[in-house]
Amino acid sequence: MAGRVAGKVALITGAARGQGRSHAVRLAQEGADIIALDLCDQVASVGYPLATPADLAETVGLVEALDRRAVAVQADVRDHAGLVKALDDAVAQLGQLDIVSANAGILSFGTAAGLDEASWQDMIDVNLTGVWHTARAVIPHLIASGRGGSIVLTSSGVVLRGTPNCAHYVSAKHGLVGLMRTLALELAPHWIRVNSLHPTSVDTAMIRNPQTLGLFRPDLENPGVDDVVATFQAKNALPIPWVEAVDVSNALLFLVSDEARYITGVPLPVDAGYSII
Amino acid sequence: MAFITGAARGQGRSHAVRLAEEGADIIAVDIAADIASVRRFYPGATEADLAETVREVEALGRRIVATKADVRDYDALKHALDDGVAQLGHVDIVVANAAIWIFGKLAHEVDEEDWQDLIDVNLTGVWHTAKAAIPHLTGQGTGGSIIIISSTAGLKGTPYAVQYVTSKHAVIGLMRTLAVELAPQSIRVNTVNPTGVDTIMIQNEATWKLFLPDVEHPTREQVAEVFTPTNALPVPWVEPRDVSNAVLFLASDEARYITGTTLLVDAGYTIR
Repeated sequence: MAGRVAGKVALITGAARGQGRSHAVRLAQEGADIIALDLCDQVASVGYPLATPADLAETVGLVEALDRRAVAVQADVRDHAGLVKALDDAVAQLGQLDIVSANAGILSFGTAAGLDEASWQDMIDVNLTGVWHTARAVIPHLIASGRGGSIVLTSSGVVLRGTPNCAHYVSAKHGLVGLMRTLALELAPHWIRVNSLHPTSVDTAMIRNPQTLGLFRPDLENPGVDDVVATFQAKNALPIPWVEAVDVSNALLFLVSDEARYITGVPLPVDAGYSII
Repeated sequence: MAFITGAARGQGRSHAVRLAEEGADIIAVDIAADIASVRRFYPGATEADLAETVREVEALGRRIVATKADVRDYDALKHALDDGVAQLGHVDIVVANAAIWIFGKLAHEVDEEDWQDLIDVNLTGVWHTAKAAIPHLTGQGTGGSIIIISSTAGLKGTPYAVQYVTSKHAVIGLMRTLAVELAPQSIRVNTVNPTGVDTIMIQNEATWKLFLPDVEHPTREQVAEVFTPTNALPVPWVEPRDVSNAVLFLASDEARYITGTTLLVDAGYTIR
């Protein structure tokens, strides 16, 4: 039986590890070829190590092990011109583009009053403007194909319910919903669907690092992951502290497949009930 | 094992067939009769309709227990479900799909029977469905997925259909409550919110006249031209299978951590 996205080409930003890698693998399992894009470098205001070229190479290896084609692209979503050039090359290599997972994102902390300029700006530049840049770069390809397409923006559960200490992150993730709805309306005549994903905490390097763990257990000198399980679990309705990256990937797969052919303009929570308690 | 109400035709039959395609056995109920206040708009399902759903599920090699039962009658509904579980062994998925559509009057002009019948079927009937199923799901101890069919009318206002809009909003409140109460047992609860679906519920002359009041005998093609611009994607309505695909996703393990959500299948209706 053909895969649910067989014959399709999918671009995933932030694909070197974490959710992005999971999306690349899941879509490849269902028959898609992959353009895996990542900065593969540090962002100064981010307090945990970001992905490396070796991480991106590993994602490519996982996709190729499934007998799918993979093109690795090292690019910065903040750099529109560079992004366009890199994507045009990658799309030319694979011949088409159908699916876009705008997943690249960073996290840093501070109170709304206390955040410094650099932290705020980096966050907006990557998590919001970077997504707009991604959309700008892919839309001409999707329209030109005449076959429609599916764009999914990775937002967050924090849009549906607030959280302290990352006003810039929350603002950017809220902004993505507005961007999503606008794109959905503008692109509907071309049969390009646009939706957003809203996960609760996901078990990746974004939370498994001393800075994030320290924020949730300030009473401990060196908190480990086990020390924050109860704190995270208390925020969800289902009795789990976080979801796995594959859970977000499964929701992505549903949205970009033909099973969701009439679903557009929709925010889809993958949040263990985070937003309703 | 999936328990589906309103399974005789339309969306309910589509959900039964889609879940059966993916390996589920089915416990199906339907009133399979007319409701007086609805009859002036469109005819109710029949026992022959329910038998056709049975035939289509069995043709896929799955088992199905079908019972004629009215979701307003809690004892009859519970009996039908208990009987189905006794025969098939357990229940994991609940699709609260049975609903009626009555419309045409402004909110202050709706009469008692039209209000009461619709609330009884579309809201109380859904609560009855959950109430009958929950002891099975919690007793089994293996989680579960309850999917309630709401509507874009559960999220937006629509004139001339106050009790329908109210009932579809209300089941979202019911869903959120159930999701919180049942989360400790890993029983997930969500709604699916379609725009107009291509079934007899909208494909009837009375509904067409609501949208084309100046046309004496409106046709499906004419009303399609009215519906299409209300959506973002250029389609007049979605197919039952599109709703069934969303039901399937929510019922499956792929959505194992999705609860408390309203999943729109609406061609962008709500963002216009």
